[in-house]
Amino acid sequence: MARGTEALLLLSDGRLPAGGYAHSGGLESAIRMGRVNDIEDLKRFLTGRATTSGAVAAAFAAAACGACLGDRLEDVSVLDDEFQARTPSPALRQVSRTLGRQLLRAMTAIHPHQLQQRLPRRLNHPVAFGAAAAMLDLEPDDAARGVLHETLMGPAMAVVKLMSVDPFDAHRALAELVPLLDTIAGDAATYADADPATLPAFGAPLSDVVAEHHAAEEVRLFAS
Amino acid sequence: MTAEETAPSPTSAPQTRSLRIGVAGPVGTGKSSTIATLCRALSDEYRIGVITNDIYTDEDARFLRAEGVLPAERIRAVETGACPHTAIRDDVTMNLLAVEDMEQDFAPLDIVLVESGGDNLTATFSPSLIDAQLFVLDVAGGGDVARKGGPGIGRADLLVINKIDLAEYVDVDVEQMVADATAARDGKPVLALSRKRQQSIDELSDWVRQLKGKYHSGEHVPTDPGPMAPHFHADEDGGYVHTHE
Repeated sequence: MARGTEALLLLSDGRLPAGGYAHSGGLESAIRMGRVNDIEDLKRFLTGRATTSGAVAAAFAAAACGACLGDRLEDVSVLDDEFQARTPSPALRQVSRTLGRQLLRAMTAIHPHQLQQRLPRRLNHPVAFGAAAAMLDLEPDDAARGVLHETLMGPAMAVVKLMSVDPFDAHRALAELVPLLDTIAGDAATYADADPATLPAFGAPLSDVVAEHHAAEEVRLFAS
Repeated sequence: MTAEETAPSPTSAPQTRSLRIGVAGPVGTGKSSTIATLCRALSDEYRIGVITNDIYTDEDARFLRAEGVLPAERIRAVETGACPHTAIRDDVTMNLLAVEDMEQDFAPLDIVLVESGGDNLTATFSPSLIDAQLFVLDVAGGGDVARKGGPGIGRADLLVINKIDLAEYVDVDVEQMVADATAARDGKPVLALSRKRQQSIDELSDWVRQLKGKYHSGEHVPTDPGPMAPHFHADEDGGYVHTHE
């Protein structure tokens, strides 16, 4: 096995205490708006998320990991701005910054690293994830895989609290997506050393819309 | 200006560390009102901040702001994704950042109170988040609850038996309930409280003052009441049991 497999599992595990469990990745709002009603809808939702937000997050995580490993920290700031530019929803920007901050806060306790002192003050989650991967001596390809995994596990775990659904079916949907996820992660890893401006910008306007609706809801189970 | 905009890098600890007190206990026992009572009684003496954890909404934060017991900006809500016990024990990062931000933004704060989302008898705070914790029961929940024990009842720094003014209406013998609780706690403190009885409020305030003194003298050692026991979650389909191992 490649070096760092265990570190990748540690970083990508939903049980990592970095507050990710409070988010449904837009699924709660999608269900409330009647766009996801059954397991087939869930699979379409996850596919859409993987090929848009997931693919963008994976590319940015890979690039951030590459920038940290290559000690190009000025690129980390540029990547963060570029990611921000690909996140039109103010609510999603807030969520991403919060999750990024939580991840780095958790990492200060879990795996202290000199990189923490030198990183920009605020980072979006995929960029923070790439930096955290670099702190764990992981490769850009790992960072892409890890963040993509997390992008889908959030809603796939949240669904059992939001909809009457068999949890095995939710994981079956994930298992069926494995080949697609491998392809997306592989593509994303090719951006490890790319000019930040050239990273993908696959938009998901409906995700932006539901995120804004969700943020305005009075009663919600998940923070996003 | 939001906390995020003013916060320094995630690695820098706040300049001023407050005494962090958790308030846990089942739904509806009066955690929010106990916090409101504490703020009312102590806000002239101490600079206090409050972090609330709600399951669905930020209703507890709104309640406290509406009570006017503190400047509204010193009451902040953390959303816990329908799993309030996770946010105070398994994964405290959201609450820890909220506490650190509060300490940073309003430095120097003397006390930050962290209110757990209402859960069940087994949810207690991790010492990685707070320095000491209250566990709040009420007489209306039944006089026998204190006897049931568990980590919060048995080993929280202070057990509060709340709403004692209601005891006569729910046929609970407060003295007996306090005696049962004291026995379940090996003599650790139990406080019978009613926000309508000033003497009980004074006792609660004194407990906090003493804790503050012990905290600063280094005499107070944060203790862990103990882990979650496997527990039941009611839901639309009846519910399920899970553990946090």
